[in-house]
Parts: sequence; C-alpha cells; structure tokens
Amino acid sequence: MSEVTVSEAGPRGMVTIRGDLGEIGRIVAGIAGTAVPATGRVESAGARAFAWMSPDEALLMLPPDELAEVLGALNAALAEHHALAVDVSDARVIFRLNGPGWRDVLARLTPADLRPAAFGAGVFRRTRLAQVAAAFWLPEAQVAELLCFRSVGDYVRDLLENAAAAGPIGPRPD
Amino acid sequence: MLTLTCPYCGVAACETELAPGGEAHLERFGPGSSDADFEAYLFLRQNPHGVHIERWRHAMGCGKWFHAVRDTVTMEVFGTYPAQTYGPPEEIVAKVRERHPDWQVPEGGA
Ligand SMILES: [Zn+2]
Repeated sequence: MSEVTVSEAGPRGMVTIRGDLGEIGRIVAGIAGTAVPATGRVESAGARAFAWMSPDEALLMLPPDELAEVLGALNAALAEHHALAVDVSDARVIFRLNGPGWRDVLARLTPADLRPAAFGAGVFRRTRLAQVAAAFWLPEAQVAELLCFRSVGDYVRDLLENAAAAGPIGPRPD
Repeated sequence: MLTLTCPYCGVAACETELAPGGEAHLERFGPGSSDADFEAYLFLRQNPHGVHIERWRHAMGCGKWFHAVRDTVTMEVFGTYPAQTYGPPEEIVAKVRERHPDWQVPEGGA
C-alpha cells in the first residue's frame, strides 16, 4: 500500500444533466463556473467539475452545500429547453487513489488505455473496472478519482485495495 | 480481442466494454406481416464467413448503440459509424472493397 492509498472521497453533490450538450452545455457551464467539457473530457474550477458522459449526458460534481442553489439555478435556466437536471448524489460513490502508483492500480482492473498519451489530466474515461462500470479522471497530480455506482461500492473498494496492495507492475511510463 | 472505436466517444473500446447486438440494418416485420417474413426477421441471419455489419453498444461507456463493419475471418475492422442510419457510409464501403472488390452491402437483412 506504500505506493497508493485508496480512500472514499467525502460526500459530493452530483447532478446529472440530460439534453443536447451542444445546446445547453454553455448554460450549464455558466452556472457551474467551468468551461464546457469536450467529448470524453472533464472541466473543473475549484471544487466543481463538469464531465462529459455521452452525447446527451453530463455529470456536474460540486460540494454538497452548493448543490441546492446550483440545482435551482439549473432548473430555472433549462426550463425552456428539452433538458433535465437531477440530483443523483446518492447514486454513485467516488474513490480517491492517492500516490504515484495509481496507474498500476487501475491497469490491473480495467482494459482502458492508461498510457499518459491516452489518459492524462482532463480526460474523463468511462470504462469497466473488473465486472462493473466505472469512470476515472485526474483531479490533481498523482491523484486519480474513480466513480462507480454506490450499489457496487463495496466491491470496487475491495478491488482497489487489493490491487493497491500488490505494488507496482513493470517499468512505469511516467 | 476485438477493439472497436465508439463513434460517439472516440474511445477505442475493447470487446469487454461493449455489448453485442447482432446483425445490423435488419428490416423489421411486425404485426400484419406474413409468417415467413416475421420468422425471417426474428430468426434468419446471414452469419457470413467474411464481411459483417453488426450492432454494438458501448455498454461500459457512453451507453450508445453504434454500427461496426468487420471481417469475421480475419477480425479486421473496416470502421464504425453511428446508429441513426440505414447503411454504412461510403468511405467504409470503399475500405471493405480494397480487400473484397465484389462486396455489396447486404439488402434489408436476411
Ligand atoms: Zn461511446
């Protein structure tokens, strides 16, 4: 465990945005205070992050105490659009992988291309972690955050802790 | 291992991130159709030894359905394209014909 520590990130407000991001992306970004994420990417500003999930879905992550105000502003701004903003904070859980070995931990569990050229800061990669869906990104240097459904949270924690305990694999690309 | 690039994400997704949806561009026969047409729609597939157009879903990703053209013998992938269409785009057909000059896009499924 010396290379990486696995921990559950504290509670985080999460808002799912459904709609044509080409149409509503800028409205949401204006309220969130971030840029609009390009395909497969995440944009952050302070403790807030706006992630691309699919051509008609995005996820806004923010401190829980800011959620009510932001959600209210989103619903008001999106009222005239074919779009949806819903609090899904309880649906998912976020884990943090802290330490230089995060890439090895993920590489044991996912088929995603983790080479620095394919997965670096700003990329929001939705993929598979062992048997379940997950997404991960790099909020800061040497830290990866990983998102999965809360219903499989215990399973994912065990996966990550087990993979972290095994130490580094091979020569590291970074 | 089959790797298909999702046309929505641009992600090179491996087979285990995808859910297979079988042969693409089937013509649907529903209520009012003949028994033979309905049976063919439900059960008869081309199952080719060679170029095949398939549906796939980026299940462990953006969740969207898309199409892929590949060779079932060599596993060569000729290309992928979005779901909202009735046939493969010209550039993918051209790529297939570099390998199989006589290949024609199958009509209306089985
Ligand atoms: Zn995709």
